Amino acid sequence: MDTPKIEIALTVNGVRHDIAVAPWETLLDVLRERLHLTGSKKGCDQGQCGACTVLVDGERINSCLALVVSRDGAAITTVEGLAEGGELHPLQAAFIEHDAFQCGYCTPGQLCSGVALLHEGRVHTREDIRELMSGNLCRCGAYTNIADAIETVLDRQNAGREAAE
Amino acid sequence: MIRFDYVRANSVAEAVTALSSPGTRALAGGTNLVDLMKYDVMKPRRVVDINRLPLKDISERESGGLRIGALVTNTALAWDARVAKRYPLLASAILAGASPQLRNAATTGGNLLQRTRCYYFYDTSTPCNKREPGSGCSAIGGLNRIHAILGASNSCIAVHPSDMCVALAALDAEVEVVGPQGVRTIPFPEFHRLPGDDPQQDNTMQADELITAVILPPANFGRNHTYLKVRDRLSYAFALVSVAAALEMRDGIVRDARVALGGVAHKPWRDNEAEDLLNGERPDETTFRAFAERLMRDAKGQGHNDFKIELARRTILRALMQAAAGTPQNQSDKVIR
Repeated sequence: MDTPKIEIALTVNGVRHDIAVAPWETLLDVLRERLHLTGSKKGCDQGQCGACTVLVDGERINSCLALVVSRDGAAITTVEGLAEGGELHPLQAAFIEHDAFQCGYCTPGQLCSGVALLHEGRVHTREDIRELMSGNLCRCGAYTNIADAIETVLDRQNAGREAAE
Repeated sequence: MIRFDYVRANSVAEAVTALSSPGTRALAGGTNLVDLMKYDVMKPRRVVDINRLPLKDISERESGGLRIGALVTNTALAWDARVAKRYPLLASAILAGASPQLRNAATTGGNLLQRTRCYYFYDTSTPCNKREPGSGCSAIGGLNRIHAILGASNSCIAVHPSDMCVALAALDAEVEVVGPQGVRTIPFPEFHRLPGDDPQQDNTMQADELITAVILPPANFGRNHTYLKVRDRLSYAFALVSVAAALEMRDGIVRDARVALGGVAHKPWRDNEAEDLLNGERPDETTFRAFAERLMRDAKGQGHNDFKIELARRTILRALMQAAAGTPQNQSDKVIR
């Protein structure tokens, strides 16, 4: 088909990219194949596994189901953008501390999803963590340790907040 | 994925004009359309991107209800303070469905237009009347564990997959659509349709119409509601059976009962005559059992899904007990009490 490519702008991990895309290109494919940010994984490519989870304007979505052209102008954070100045994000550190992965394939999606969950502020119980992380599957079954890692960071966040009050 | 043209609409009028061209589909969150396009189940020649349209607000209506813009995401709707306070049944149903990632992208209008998750609809190597009218139904006599027990036809036994729509059916919502002839409002029971001989038609919208809003009338059932969803795993799965129940109670008597079922039919299932059995009655197990029996009176299994009939009876009973007690199902703590 002779549809001309469409010029869009994406800010990915703080860096602006002006690129021409076809209507059928997904955000995941553009991140991986065009911008060479291969941290975001293509697991099912159907919105069922969560391995492709990234933050778009601060909200977690499945990048495999997003036509990139419809996200023109968005600010994207991928797993590559979570650490700051060589310092791991607290959730990344907690994943290591709690051994929250085995093969690691789902980990970038788990991390992006978990970071969003920490910002959303809707977790009150352990069950909330499991429910609100249910969009990220782990074939190795590291769920317990993933929930532990998230709980640890949440507890530290809450302790920090209480100390500040 | 197939190749297609892309156009971005800057106004509702532009979107409607674009939709009048054959083979054009509206793109909002894309969580279902893009999925189906990857499978070659839906093959639009062109998509019109409606994400820039000003349909992202939830606003008060003078009559006391809410108007929800078609592009309000499932997340924004479920966690909206007004919705959580006045329509907790709706918030609960939304949170029972999909995952946070999908709810962040999926929109109110798109949720209404979800296609069935029948395996044969998705599998382009098999006949399916919904996908290819006239080709036959592979689910009848095939694998049909997830399929309809009410309102099915000889052409199609698919079910509508939405949780949100089950709550909207119970809430007597209305759907506002805009087309070349202007705006019209469709009562929720008339929005989705039964398959009959035209299972390719999920709803009563025209191809050149666009959903602009969902209208919620005022609701007066306080805490006497629940959304109870039964599925194969605890989270992130479609309903085998779900029940949205709301009871308006006065002096210990049910004054107005609304019960909608999900996972059992081609549309959210309501039976107003059966609901009348509850009105004026005490909210007890005997009454609820008789009601569940009546709702399932014409239920028909297809073999693998026979279990759904008894499952539906029990889920209806349990949901009504929860609603009567004012103890709605918690969507994180999945223990059914």
